[in-house]
Amino acid sequence: MRMIKRTDMTGKKAAIIRIVSIIAAFLFTSVFISALGHSPINVYFSMVEGAFGSAHRIRDTFTITIPLVVTSIGIMIAFKMKFWNIGAEGQIIVGALAASYLALNYNHLPKMVLLPAMFLAGFVGGGLWALIPAFFKVQFGTNETIFTLMMNYVALKWVTYLQYGPWKDPGSLGFPKIANFTDAAIMPKLFGVHVGWIIAIILVIIITIMMNYSKAGYEIAVVGESMDTAKYAGMNVKKVILSALFISGGIAGIVGMMQASAVNQTLSTQVAAGYGYTAIITAWLSGLKAAIIIPVSLLFAIMIKGGSFIQTAYQIPQSAAGILQSVILFFVIGSEFFIQYKLVRNSVMEKEVA
Amino acid sequence: MTSFLFAMIIAGTPLLFATLGEMLTEKSGNLNLGVEGMMLIGAVAGFGMGFYTGNGLLAIVGAAIAGALGALIYAFLTVSLRANQVVSGLALTIFGTGISSFVGTLFIGQKMPDRVITSFARVKIPLLGDLPFIGPILFRHDYFVYIGYLMAICLGVYFYKTRYGLNLIAISENPSAADASGIHVNLYKYVHILFGGALCGMAGAYLSVVDVPQWQDNITAGRGWIAIALVIFVKWNPIMALFGAYLFGGLSIIGFRLQHLSISQNLLDVLPYAVTIIVLILSSIRKSKEDAPPKGLGVPYFREDR
Repeated sequence: MRMIKRTDMTGKKAAIIRIVSIIAAFLFTSVFISALGHSPINVYFSMVEGAFGSAHRIRDTFTITIPLVVTSIGIMIAFKMKFWNIGAEGQIIVGALAASYLALNYNHLPKMVLLPAMFLAGFVGGGLWALIPAFFKVQFGTNETIFTLMMNYVALKWVTYLQYGPWKDPGSLGFPKIANFTDAAIMPKLFGVHVGWIIAIILVIIITIMMNYSKAGYEIAVVGESMDTAKYAGMNVKKVILSALFISGGIAGIVGMMQASAVNQTLSTQVAAGYGYTAIITAWLSGLKAAIIIPVSLLFAIMIKGGSFIQTAYQIPQSAAGILQSVILFFVIGSEFFIQYKLVRNSVMEKEVA
Repeated sequence: MTSFLFAMIIAGTPLLFATLGEMLTEKSGNLNLGVEGMMLIGAVAGFGMGFYTGNGLLAIVGAAIAGALGALIYAFLTVSLRANQVVSGLALTIFGTGISSFVGTLFIGQKMPDRVITSFARVKIPLLGDLPFIGPILFRHDYFVYIGYLMAICLGVYFYKTRYGLNLIAISENPSAADASGIHVNLYKYVHILFGGALCGMAGAYLSVVDVPQWQDNITAGRGWIAIALVIFVKWNPIMALFGAYLFGGLSIIGFRLQHLSISQNLLDVLPYAVTIIVLILSSIRKSKEDAPPKGLGVPYFREDR
């Protein structure tokens, strides 16, 4: 047996292989659920029920889908350039921090002014936070994976410091929390879910157009394929990376603004809630395609929401959902092999050569 | 001062094991970002083994095996299936975090049995332990710390004084040339990734079994990532790793020592992460040929592609 590169792979075949690998991941996880003494079918069914069983749960599931979609979009832009931005968590936090600064200090402004200002602050905050590692990457080749990750911890500790120190709500009777936002700083709802879902859809459309039909998107794709080609073609590679990372981090920062404003209605250390990490998986599973990010994020939102439901229903810890997610990721990463290569018997090879 | 330096060695020990583990992996040309995950898998496995068997040695062995099993997933994906190393490593970290938190629900609020704790009691090394100044800092620790010293020295000999070490250089710099000269590249990669995972597992176990000895969710708190940066900082040199790891161990505990300066603890907690960033930047600026990472690092090798 030996492996050869495939040349006959169609988009349809590749999609089937990926879907089969996701199903295989569920089957694989079933073995462990059975070992815990539960029926896997019942558990999976309960997860779906936990995610869609009532109007309230459906709203919750969509509220989880929104940050996943938007963060994945941001991460996708960086990943397209093979810039491994795993700092979305920190970019979300800093975006939230910047937006919260306005929400807490300028709450006398009318809603129509304050919310767009917070949105912009979130974008700029997250963008700048991503720009720092990007600058050192283009200037000195500093490893961005660890840099962006360390920035997550710095951001988290920064908010922790504010929450326990200077920004602590004097009215909270000593409890370390930042004051709740006033109504002017809280995003409105449409059909029961905060308007972030509209922002998410608009962003998906804008970024799809940008990546596929604009000069900027083309430059990002070329830099991702080959830095040398990009240089040879006369592109300003540094500028491309810096501006793409500003957008990537900025989009994560928007998530921070939305989570602080619409979901938590305050700033806390929990504002990013791990979305920055989960979105790495969803962005990758989507094959770095903006439109596919939506169904993949919805699947993950079902697992997150359903995961907390099975915790109460079956006493299965919520971390089971995290394990399921990573197993799916393992299977899909592994399945790429069968998209790129095929196994053939040596005798067949020889015949082909002859 | 002595007590601070003593505590620095303890805080640096998990970093040392993880750094050496990642170094072994990277020496075979693979970048494994799953260190944090393997540490957590090792931490929970070590805690479980210690908790149920009451045997300190079994706790370490269990953690090492568990860490290696985590690394096996990564090795299979990246070596055999040639998946993207960055994403595979991230997936392993997410997986390890989930597994440790899942299994860890059994141990919430539990303490390590006294029998295990006493098996890691501090032991003064004869003669060395009596040396002025150095003795009380370096040679009055638990066995685990000493294994760390030995491991660093053994790896130093292995990398620089044996044929295997030479082969590793060939593999990480130019895998196809190594393959052509008859080195079994994939076997080397598997062995080193697995052994590296075992060391990362032990790093986690040091935290859960010896240092804290009580179960905490997410007990590693980012140390795995610091270890990956340390590998760069110490230029893939295991002896330098001793200094790097203990230096960062010191940074992580300096907050407690500076409390009287009335600086917020939360700000001081930033130190190890901020210094890691500075170290990363400095190591990338002083780029010289010797400090450069192996050329084949992170690039999947597939002999049919030659």
